[in-house]
This record gives sequence, structure tokens and C-alpha cells, in this order.
Amino acid sequence: MRTDDLIDALAADAGRGSEPAPPRRLAFVAGLGGLAALLLVLGWLQARPDLGQAILGPMFWVKAIYTGLLGLAGYLAVERLSRPGGSGRRGWIIGAVVFGACAVAGIYQAITSPDVQAALKLLHGYSWRSCSPRILVLGLPMLALGLWALRGMAPTRPGLAGFAMGLFSGGVVATVYGLHCPEHTFTFLALWYSLGVLALGLIGGWAGRWLLRW
Amino acid sequence: MTDTETRLKALMLRGLDGDTAAYREGLALLGVRLRAYFMRRMSGAPGDVEDLVQETLLAVHLKRSTWDSAQPFTAWAHAVARYKLIDHWRRRKIRQTLPLEDHVDFLADDAPDPGVALELDRALASLPQRQRMLVSDVKLTGLSLAEAGARAGISEGAAKVALHRALKALAERMRRADG
Repeated sequence: MRTDDLIDALAADAGRGSEPAPPRRLAFVAGLGGLAALLLVLGWLQARPDLGQAILGPMFWVKAIYTGLLGLAGYLAVERLSRPGGSGRRGWIIGAVVFGACAVAGIYQAITSPDVQAALKLLHGYSWRSCSPRILVLGLPMLALGLWALRGMAPTRPGLAGFAMGLFSGGVVATVYGLHCPEHTFTFLALWYSLGVLALGLIGGWAGRWLLRW
Repeated sequence: MTDTETRLKALMLRGLDGDTAAYREGLALLGVRLRAYFMRRMSGAPGDVEDLVQETLLAVHLKRSTWDSAQPFTAWAHAVARYKLIDHWRRRKIRQTLPLEDHVDFLADDAPDPGVALELDRALASLPQRQRMLVSDVKLTGLSLAEAGARAGISEGAAKVALHRALKALAERMRRADG
């Protein structure tokens, strides 16, 4: 088949086609993935009993803002990385700054605590063993959906794109997880929440390397 | 260079709005650029160059929704071409460890006919007959989509959908042919 003939066939299929641009597909992924996480939190973990009280305090919202910003960073990165030649630099910078700020606040909180016991209490909270794994499990549906959506786009750096999709998923579902989680310190947030999100990023990056070829 | 960008971008934008003639002109212009790009980077094997030109044109078409029209079109198309070239090299390496396929390739490359590539033909041959007919009718005889659809016994709308599916399947098969 001559190239000119191929061009004729392609031209007959001119127009925008039925595939929406990356932002709309990613919004769809976040909507469905966030809903899956919400159903899991409500059905499996249940909302924290003092939710009505908690939403009046600042820490509930600080947590939501932290994870929300991580998700935003992931979105900005993957929105670029889903396109040929995209680097997602803006997303990485925002992600690093947001994590850095939370880590500094967490370290400050720990070193200004009265004694080692109190510092360890900050680090362990009530749920240090289950926090990261739960965020990971909550994020798997959204990550899987996101990787599937990415396959229909055109990432030229599959590993990085997968990692960014993991960060996006982790940020969204960790925000939903805040409805259940009673923790309220920066130290806990900076360590265990971030680890859960990072785990999703690493899985996304690893899966992306062999799933995202086109 | 910026001239090419201005022209290509205008043609592609009109193509996205459904202007078939502008889209054809844009793809043809891009094809010339791609051929030069791949020729500069690959030694010999004109068949391979044309395979890549065709594979890249297919990808440009199928992935056009990932082009942000606020950005230069050539930068985006270059990134697609670069990706396809690296992918080609990666696949080549795999092939070179399989002596039998090397031999087949050697025979296949024996008749370098500029403008004619083999991978696309192989992929086309593996499509279901109706899809194959649609792709070849639209291109060879220059039938309109409505006429080609009528020959396959389907409406123009259905022909459009079927053609899109056929092109997607083609891209998929070209990649898998030696993946």
C-alpha cells in the first residue's frame, strides 16, 4: 500500500473523532475512581464516628488540602505526560513543594514535642500500620482505570506517565480516605499518607513501562 | 521552518474541523517531512523508512486528540516520530536475536520500492474483508466514504465508524507484527 493511498484513507476519517482530549478523560477517571474509593470507605472502613465534629476543626481540612494538592500535582503531570513530548514539569514542582512543606511541618512538630515518647506517638498515631496499605487499596481501581485511559492517549515516557497517574490516583483517594481516618498531625500525614500515595506512584510507574506502548 | 509550522498547523486545524482536502494536504506535507526525518536517522532500508512513515502517519491520525492546539503542531508530530523511531529500534534489537526472522526480513527488503512498504500490507491483509475493502476502496479508487460504504452495503455513518475501527486495527497490527 502506497503512503499516498494511506493518506487518502486517513483523510476520509478527518474530523476530531470521538475521542475526547486528555483533560476530559482524566476528569472521567477521577470521577469514577473517586466514587469507587468513596464506596469502599463507606462500605468497608466506614466514616469516622466524629465526622460531624471533625469537619469543624482545621486539621480535617489541612489533610484534605494536602492530599488534594498532591492529586492536583499528579493531574498536572499526567495531563502533560499523556501527550507526546510532554514532561509534566509543573506538576512535579508543585508535588515536591507540597510534600516538602508537609515534611518540614511534620519534622518540626516531632522535634518540638516534649519527649521521645510524645514524638513516637506522633509518628504512630492510631493507625500507622493500616494507613498506607489502605490508601494503596483504595487507589487501585482509579489507577487501573487511569492506566487503561492512558493507553488510549499517547504517552512517550510510559514509566513517568504511569507514576504521575499513581500520584493523581493517590491524591484523590487519600482525600476520600480522610472521611475515615482520625489522624490529625503533620508528622503522621507527611509520613504515612505520603507513603501510600508514593506506593501507588511506584506501581503506576512499573505497570506503565510495559502497559503503555502504542 | 516556522513557515512549515504555520502551514501545517492551519491545515491540521481545518482537518480537525472536518475539512478532508486540507487534512489530506497536511498529512502529505507531514509525510514528506517524516520521510526526510527518518532517512537522516536510518541507514539504507528504504522499506523500513516507508514503514515508519506510514506507522507514524497512522499514529498522528489516531492520537490527534492528544495534540493541544495551543502548542506547535510540529513539536507534537516530532515527538510522535521520535517515539516511533525509538520503538522501531527497540523492536529491531529483539528481531536480531531471531536469525530466522532476520532471513525473512532480508528477503522482504530485497525489493526496495520507494513509496511501497510491506508492514502495512501485511497488517491490511489480516483485517476482516469488509474493513479491508473499505480502507482500500477509499484510497485506491478515490471513492467517497458514502460510495465506499454503499459498495460494502452499509450507510455513510456506519462506513465512517467502520473505517475508523479499521485504521485502529491496522495500527495495532502493525505494532504487533514484529513486536
